[in-house]
Amino acid sequence: MALPVEMFRFLPFLLPLLLGPSTFSQEIQFNRDIRPILSDKCFLCHGPDEKKRKADLRLDQRDGALANLGGYAAVVPGKPDESELLARVLAHEEPSELMPPPDSNRGQLTTGEVSLLRRWIKQGAPYQGHWAFEPVADVRVPESWSNNPVDYFVEKRLKESGITPSGPADSETLLRRLSLDLTGLLPSLEEQKSFPDAGLESTVDRLLASPHFGERWGRHWLDQARYADSHGYSIDGDRQMWPFRDWVIKALNDDLPFDQFTIEQLAGDLLPNRTKAQHVASAFHRNTLINQEGGSDREQFRVESVIDRVNTTGAVWLGLTVGCAQCHTHKFDPITQREYYQLFAFFNNTEDANSTGATVEVEEYEILGNAPEAPPVKTFPSARAKWNPVRYRNPVTSSGKPLHLQKDNSLLVDKAAGRNDSYRVQATTYLDRVAALRLRVLPDKSLPRNGPGTAANGNFVLTKLRIQSRGKPIAISHAFADHEQPGYPIAGTLDQDAKSGWAINVGGTRKATMNSPHEAVFVFSEPLETKGEPFEVTMEHTRNESYLVGRFAIELSPTAPPAPASKPAEIVKPRKGRVMVMKELPKPRSTFLFTRGDFTRPHKESGEIAPDTLSQIRPALGESRERPTRLELARWLVHPENPLTPRVTVNRIWMRYFGRGLVETEEDFGTQGSPPSHPDLLDYLSQRFVAEGWSTKKIHRLIVTSKTYQRSSHARPDLVEIDPGNYLLAHQNRVRLDAEIVRDAALCASGLLAPKIGGPGVYPPQPPDIYAFTQSRKNWKTSTGEDRYRRGMYIFFYRSAPYPLLQTFDAPDFQTTCTRRVNSNTPLQALTVANDPAFLELAQGLAERLLRELPSADITAHIKRAYQLALSRIPSEVEHKLLIDYFEAQAADFANDAVAAGKLTTPAMKAGPESYARSAALVCVARAILNTDNFITRE
Amino acid sequence: MNDHDHVKNWLAEPTRRHFFRDCGVGLGTIALNSLLGQLQARHLPVIDPAQPMDARIPPLQAKAKNVIFLHMAGAPSQLELFEDKPKLREFHGKTPPKSLMEGKRFAFLKGNETLLGNSRPFLRHGQCGMSLSDQIPHHRKIVDEVVWLRGMTTDVFNHGPAKLFMNTGFQAPGRPSMGSWITYGLGSENDSLPGFVVLQSGPRGPRAGNSLWASGFLPTSFQGVPFRGKGDPILHLRSPEGMNRKRERRFYDAVGALNRARLQATGDPEILTRLNAYEMAYRMQSSAPELMDLSKESSRTLDLYGVTPGQPSYASNCLLARRLVERGVRFVQLYHSNWDSHGGPGETLSKDFEKVCKSADQASAALVLDLKERGMLEDTLVIWGGEFGRTPMGENRKTTGRDHHIDAFTMWMAGAGLKKGYIHGETDELGFGVVNGKVHVHDLHATLLHLLGFDHERLTYRFQGRDFRLTDVHGRVVNEILA
Repeated sequence: MALPVEMFRFLPFLLPLLLGPSTFSQEIQFNRDIRPILSDKCFLCHGPDEKKRKADLRLDQRDGALANLGGYAAVVPGKPDESELLARVLAHEEPSELMPPPDSNRGQLTTGEVSLLRRWIKQGAPYQGHWAFEPVADVRVPESWSNNPVDYFVEKRLKESGITPSGPADSETLLRRLSLDLTGLLPSLEEQKSFPDAGLESTVDRLLASPHFGERWGRHWLDQARYADSHGYSIDGDRQMWPFRDWVIKALNDDLPFDQFTIEQLAGDLLPNRTKAQHVASAFHRNTLINQEGGSDREQFRVESVIDRVNTTGAVWLGLTVGCAQCHTHKFDPITQREYYQLFAFFNNTEDANSTGATVEVEEYEILGNAPEAPPVKTFPSARAKWNPVRYRNPVTSSGKPLHLQKDNSLLVDKAAGRNDSYRVQATTYLDRVAALRLRVLPDKSLPRNGPGTAANGNFVLTKLRIQSRGKPIAISHAFADHEQPGYPIAGTLDQDAKSGWAINVGGTRKATMNSPHEAVFVFSEPLETKGEPFEVTMEHTRNESYLVGRFAIELSPTAPPAPASKPAEIVKPRKGRVMVMKELPKPRSTFLFTRGDFTRPHKESGEIAPDTLSQIRPALGESRERPTRLELARWLVHPENPLTPRVTVNRIWMRYFGRGLVETEEDFGTQGSPPSHPDLLDYLSQRFVAEGWSTKKIHRLIVTSKTYQRSSHARPDLVEIDPGNYLLAHQNRVRLDAEIVRDAALCASGLLAPKIGGPGVYPPQPPDIYAFTQSRKNWKTSTGEDRYRRGMYIFFYRSAPYPLLQTFDAPDFQTTCTRRVNSNTPLQALTVANDPAFLELAQGLAERLLRELPSADITAHIKRAYQLALSRIPSEVEHKLLIDYFEAQAADFANDAVAAGKLTTPAMKAGPESYARSAALVCVARAILNTDNFITRE
Repeated sequence: MNDHDHVKNWLAEPTRRHFFRDCGVGLGTIALNSLLGQLQARHLPVIDPAQPMDARIPPLQAKAKNVIFLHMAGAPSQLELFEDKPKLREFHGKTPPKSLMEGKRFAFLKGNETLLGNSRPFLRHGQCGMSLSDQIPHHRKIVDEVVWLRGMTTDVFNHGPAKLFMNTGFQAPGRPSMGSWITYGLGSENDSLPGFVVLQSGPRGPRAGNSLWASGFLPTSFQGVPFRGKGDPILHLRSPEGMNRKRERRFYDAVGALNRARLQATGDPEILTRLNAYEMAYRMQSSAPELMDLSKESSRTLDLYGVTPGQPSYASNCLLARRLVERGVRFVQLYHSNWDSHGGPGETLSKDFEKVCKSADQASAALVLDLKERGMLEDTLVIWGGEFGRTPMGENRKTTGRDHHIDAFTMWMAGAGLKKGYIHGETDELGFGVVNGKVHVHDLHATLLHLLGFDHERLTYRFQGRDFRLTDVHGRVVNEILA
């Protein structure tokens, strides 16, 4: 079950309570039992920060706690009653003595907490280092569990707590879960069909190998990189950072080892013999804002960027809130203010100063290496045959109404033509030999909307065309047309299906327009010697009573034109972008500590500060003759001894799969963060991550092939008292889709998705007046063609005015790093999915797809298919009935309001045989399905 | 069986009933009570995740329930409106004293500028004797209703960062805005309109855009919802063409029933939140147009504000602000531009300044008078002011204007819990700095929260390992202006 975000934030307080001593052995462990108490209640005044320290007492180190304070000590090992610490937290009678001081807002200790302190002191008051800073433990898994070690750790904890885990999710849910988690796309019908046979492992491998994997996981990384397409602040001009986005996608698809991934992004520009791609990777820290406002102080905003680079590096790799130490020594974690400026010194030497700085020019496709092969384009070859007119004899219709011969030797149907009318026309030719017949359909003023058909919109559906000579049918080898409405191919005129046929009103290629002349060619199996005998051509319209061909001409050719050939399309010139990259100054800037973090107040008295790492995090950077650079910093972050980087990284991967990390406060591995729910599992994964060469794909595979991942996400009312937050992972969690994926899923369901990967941003339709609230108006040129249907992650992102859908569904604004998105659930989201014209277009797309792919199906089949396309499952009986009733109610209503129905239906639907009312009602059904909680949730 | 019965039957099932009644947030009773207790002890809001905008009671006694913040975007010149400085006129054209310029940073001044005396006639008004220039005649009617803050100061001198500072307490984007903090703390009294609404008027949008009313790291439930002047007030409010109210009701019923079916299958209470969100969306579709429809307002009211029906303006936004608060909306933020008076084209201290004064004067005063007449000023707070002030020195562009000044400017506040007709703070004779009664932006925020029933040091939200607050690590309640 999803826990509300508001509550999430406070759960660190709750965790000890849930997983408290009752679930643990009796041995007191400092990190688990004591440190949280001291950290929460004491460290503010008795912790690492010298300036805030009271009474010269520090409790974060054992020496400090045991120090002689003048005849007494805070902690006397083994002797709780002599320990001042206990006396003071119990001094309720003496408010001036009581700790924490009643006015400190820290709250008093509970009886349970006091008893823990007492037992701990009695046991000799042993200290442990903070768990996250300790080396990653070498955790072993019993042989019998080697199949999936994840389950070993999880099930062990469940067993200890007497909890039976939920069973596996059903296979439909599992496939949708895997597809969304690994690629952010819905499984196709074929994938759904083949899943039971393909099996889990090969499906996981297929998804991990999908080029869309890099998009899905790249988006998570781009959140941390605070990637956006504009400079930020008030002017917020465009920038071209998409080559960096391409690089991230490629790196993840290639499973670039995470240590290398790190080094290239933090210091790709400094690598010896760097490649262009490595240079582009260094754009990671160029995603900081630039203030283009007139009169801005360059130095002020340069410093802002450097601070952001330090803080982002701390949050992304170390999971630490180093930013606190910008103004003062960290109150809880061992980061001094000086150390903050040591990190600062690594980043203080780049050329950019609130400016574009160094750039690299990159071509579209260059990074990803996915330049499209010229797509084949069908050329219509009928011009290559020589077409000859015929002379018509005895044109008749089954209704008895005439076909009127026109001046241009075409035939025009009578206004009073019958329903489902069919035509029989005899034609004679002077040709001796005939190899093909051409049927031209022509507009005419007498027809609705100028024809060429008799339907209200000028369309027709020609379901059958037969040619006879001398009483014998002529075999047709194949037919082709210059244009086919999707779902209505010319081949439909040749088969036995009375419902399939050829129609022309719109869809298909971009050039097609409504109510235009078109032509179809029927090639004979063998050329025929005519011997003066007439041909007899029969045309039928059995699909829809009013969809007749209105005006047409028949022509013959002695030679067969070649079948439509493919020729390379004109290749669109790849676009170029200049991506901002890092560039070191020849001579580094001097770094000083800023008093209270204020850049106008460098504290020169305390001397220039050289770059160095955090003393409390292994390993030490070591002595070197040269001044260390970002390259050394990056290597330190991914040094096998660094305990934080692998823990933080695998924890975030875990978080994306379960909605919460093993360490819930994924952004704070410091002492104020929450301890891991499964410390052994966290260390096992971390250790394996490093041992297996920092392969992220191997970690992904390990997690998703576990039973733990595959469990049902249904709530467990029986666990409400024991583990309501599902920390012990007895079941999976339902997780709402990320903003971009909400769009992607709808694109998948409608079949409109353009799967192209990478390149410059796109501009799908957005409401007018978005920029009424920004200082400078943006030039939003709504994309046409495939760019209109690209994935959400490619939508051009203006920091000052994000695409509304993204904002409404909690995409961050990328002003600073985002390591975890907040998931809200608001009425604006409802209005967006229900009414955003871009979304309605996708609902219509889904309805259109149903009519196209299942042309002769009824509503029952349509609903079932819609469920498969959108929810990757078949509807329950209740759902099915409910939607049928809904469909019928709307259809009946629309039947009395053709105008309204017409507004909801698309041109393709109007051209199709289904009534407006039922088409509109089907759009309503598609819209309802896309608006369910189920649709935007990964279950 | 109608929807209602569905829910009833569903809730009747014992395990689920237990699950919901006792564990609305998916936590066990004991854990839940403990959590709620901890939140309350910490003065933190207890939020029902299914209804995050439900009205909440603040931890301390509150004087104000609602806030209307009239943000004069671009920063009005206090020296042309509120600060009569005879000495500045006397030294007009002279180089400013060195001691006043030392260590100061300005956006555009080059250092050779001279003092610019204010040319507007000033008169003292009301019992409090506040001096007002001839540019804002309507303000004379409210001099004895408001608190005049003459000693405002801020930290940053560019528009974007300074607006962020005024709105979020921090100069870089990414923090929650005032309105978000307040709706996080208090929710809203109206369940068919957003709790935090933004209205905009004038030739251009405020710099820094959307991050001014963003919820930062708070859930987006608490972000400001910009109402648009043209078309539908809320984005995507209108149902697709072809759907009328009846068909739309069917749509919402169908979606609701499908969601309930899934709720039954999965037991995930988050679905209940989604159900509520869809119902509120449906309600908004009628409540928002009703709100925007000014036809029921009397002509006397329209005249008071200077509203021309059908024409979006600052005046109509002020009237909408009253209507919003009347309907229980918690925080209404107006932005009105363009007050930037550097002296260049479109930004002169003469014509352009007169124009923007004229567009803002009447309606600002009318809002206070109207609220008072309706008894709404008792629990509504109105705040008026820009992101900083303007320099006593002239800035030489096409004409002479004034640059950005962060050390002294004027704002006013009126309503719930405040003194009436009270002048707080004083600047030196040239208007460079505050001599007494200094109110920093953080202090303004602290006071605002105080009036709403919060200790500004205790309304916090934990994000990336730190408890954040609107006032960061600063702020002092300005007790002197409290009634």
